Amino acid sequence: MLVLERVEITQDAFRLSADISIAQGASVAVIGPSGAGKSTLLAAIAGFTPIASGRILWEGANIAPKSPSARPLSILFQDNNLFPHLSAFDNVALGLKPSLRLTNSERTQVTGALARVGLEGYDTRRPAQLSGGQQSRVALARVLLRQRPLVLLDEPFAALGPALKAEMLALVREICAGLGATLLMVTHDIDDARAIAPQTVLVADGTATGPHATEALLENPPASLRAYLG
Amino acid sequence: MNDAAQRARLIILALGGVVAAWLLLLNFGALGAVAWRAEGLTALRSAEWAAVRFTLTQALWSAGLSVLLAIPIARALARRQFTGRAWLITLMGAPFILPTLVAVLGLLAVFGRAGLVNDGLAALGFARFNIFGLHGVVLAHVFYNLPLATRILLQGWAAIPAERFRLAASLGFGPRESFRQLEGPMLRDLAPGAFLVIFLICLTSFSVALTMGGGPRATTVELAIYQAFRFDFDMGRAAALALLQFGICALAGLLAWRVSLPSSLGGGMDRPVQRFDTNSRALRLWDGALIVTGGLFLLVPLAMVALRGLPHVAGLPPEVWQAALRSLGVALGATLVTLAMTLALAHAVLALGGKRGALLEWLGLAALAASPLVIGTGLFLIIRPLANPRDFALFVTMLVNAGMALPFALRLILPALREIQSTQGRLADSLGLHGLARLRILTLPRLRRPLGFAAGLTAALSMGDLGVIMLFAEREGATLPMQLYRLMTSYRLDDAAGAALVLLGVSLALFWICDRWGRGNAGA
Repeated sequence: MLVLERVEITQDAFRLSADISIAQGASVAVIGPSGAGKSTLLAAIAGFTPIASGRILWEGANIAPKSPSARPLSILFQDNNLFPHLSAFDNVALGLKPSLRLTNSERTQVTGALARVGLEGYDTRRPAQLSGGQQSRVALARVLLRQRPLVLLDEPFAALGPALKAEMLALVREICAGLGATLLMVTHDIDDARAIAPQTVLVADGTATGPHATEALLENPPASLRAYLG
Repeated sequence: MNDAAQRARLIILALGGVVAAWLLLLNFGALGAVAWRAEGLTALRSAEWAAVRFTLTQALWSAGLSVLLAIPIARALARRQFTGRAWLITLMGAPFILPTLVAVLGLLAVFGRAGLVNDGLAALGFARFNIFGLHGVVLAHVFYNLPLATRILLQGWAAIPAERFRLAASLGFGPRESFRQLEGPMLRDLAPGAFLVIFLICLTSFSVALTMGGGPRATTVELAIYQAFRFDFDMGRAAALALLQFGICALAGLLAWRVSLPSSLGGGMDRPVQRFDTNSRALRLWDGALIVTGGLFLLVPLAMVALRGLPHVAGLPPEVWQAALRSLGVALGATLVTLAMTLALAHAVLALGGKRGALLEWLGLAALAASPLVIGTGLFLIIRPLANPRDFALFVTMLVNAGMALPFALRLILPALREIQSTQGRLADSLGLHGLARLRILTLPRLRRPLGFAAGLTAALSMGDLGVIMLFAEREGATLPMQLYRLMTSYRLDDAAGAALVLLGVSLALFWICDRWGRGNAGA
């Protein structure tokens, strides 16, 4: 279980408070108006934004003092999820061992992960030689390989077309189900939330609330969300 | 938190601290040693004040002319596509890494008493002019820095997005409106920085003043320090001059704090910007004339060095080759030291961030205003009670060269590193890529281009440097530039021409090899 216990984030004039618990294995959308702090919330959980007070608990242990890589999670950003100078293979392999000194069985694991996301034979390609969808697949192969129990998505597929995005979200759901991972996904698209996230955290007016049942929330949105949905 | 990320940060800060301490020692410790050992400053006479005036005057002229002339040339290069363009831009990088004495010999072959221009004037019945003095010094500095300014501004042009010129075309902008709306603001951002860099470089001019200056009326403070130290061994006067030079440089360094220096010195200008407003015949001719004139100004002196030197290379005395080997060793050592210091400093600047990071960055850039001769004099005085300074001539030269190249290397590498951290830092952090693995897998490959360029710059600068070594070395143990200077002053002009070509060849080869290496990584 992921618990944000009276977490306060302050950055200059910006304030966000969160007091939420998310069950193990849940798929949760994070929605709210632009600038409300959806990405900041994820950055705080991932360890890129310091929290002013409160605790972030994973299975009861406070992970707030830990550096990003020591937290039990994988995160995909809006962009720059791959190192442009490294091959698809190396980009995935980094998830296994940051030193890139792999044993033979580890190499097999990397190739296997690439195959799982449908990129068999693409090992030596660099990101620039891959399409947007393929780049997303490489990043997902790394998530698969890292096997962290919490997956955070900060709109990594925003630049993809609707069909491709749906494909990626299906892949995400498959991967998270396979890992038994908890998914927390920022989205602007209500349909995304409906499609793969039964629960939703609403970030608005300086507070993160929830998780609410997605359908019910969208059926009967509070004022702050209604303005956003239009 | 006590994990790999934290450990890596501590190591970075420690290494950065060591570099910072060394820079402080170099900049302030050496000055302190001069003041202390001098046992009282000698009062400054009018000759010293004349040196101050000359230093400032020539630096103002040199920087002003370089930037003013660079504007039309950079604009012409930015908007024209022609065969040999890439080659010409590469050549623009050459004077900066050109050994001063080679440039001086080339300029003398063109503008000297028996040079091409004077021969032409004499043939037309005009009197020959004398190149030595203020105009000679300014000419040499412009020769050096015009290409630097051009490259800095060319980058500014390249940085204006092509879309903006397309938008300008759709709004019906002519060249004048484009200049006012797009190019003018860019120049206002970049030109002051370019001016300041060149001004700072010229403030510490030593070898140009040594060879192109004309007696006491055209002596820089830096040269006066050398004369006081070497000819009169008047420590009091050397110390007074050193303090004066330090004051001038510190003042200029403070200015540099206010004005943003150009963020980069190379790369990213390989393709011309597509323009829609500058296709008139007159503009094309004008740009062509500018490019040809600028090219000739650079090429002819270099060609003269090559032409005059080539027949004499084979017959060069062995001292020249020995000196070349010595210089090569100094240059390679300086390159390694510079790159190591730069990487440590750049990482520490980013790790600290904020005001403290900026202060550290300034310390690295302040070496731009440091005077090699002051540092050299100081180190000489520090070493003297302990050992014979002559034995450390090459080592000290190497260290001072490394310090001198640091600001340029830092200017190249820090922005690139900042860019890597801001685009890929989070990804690397989230994957636990820290310490040496991060350096090997992320930082060095992504920095390869600026690293190669910085290495080439440092190696060539160090190879051609004639400065501190003049304080230390005796007959034996000379570097190649020093050997060349001896040949010039003893009027062995054939050997000098040959040695100049060797020096030119080695310097350019060093730069070329390093820069080539940096560009090798096509996919990045």
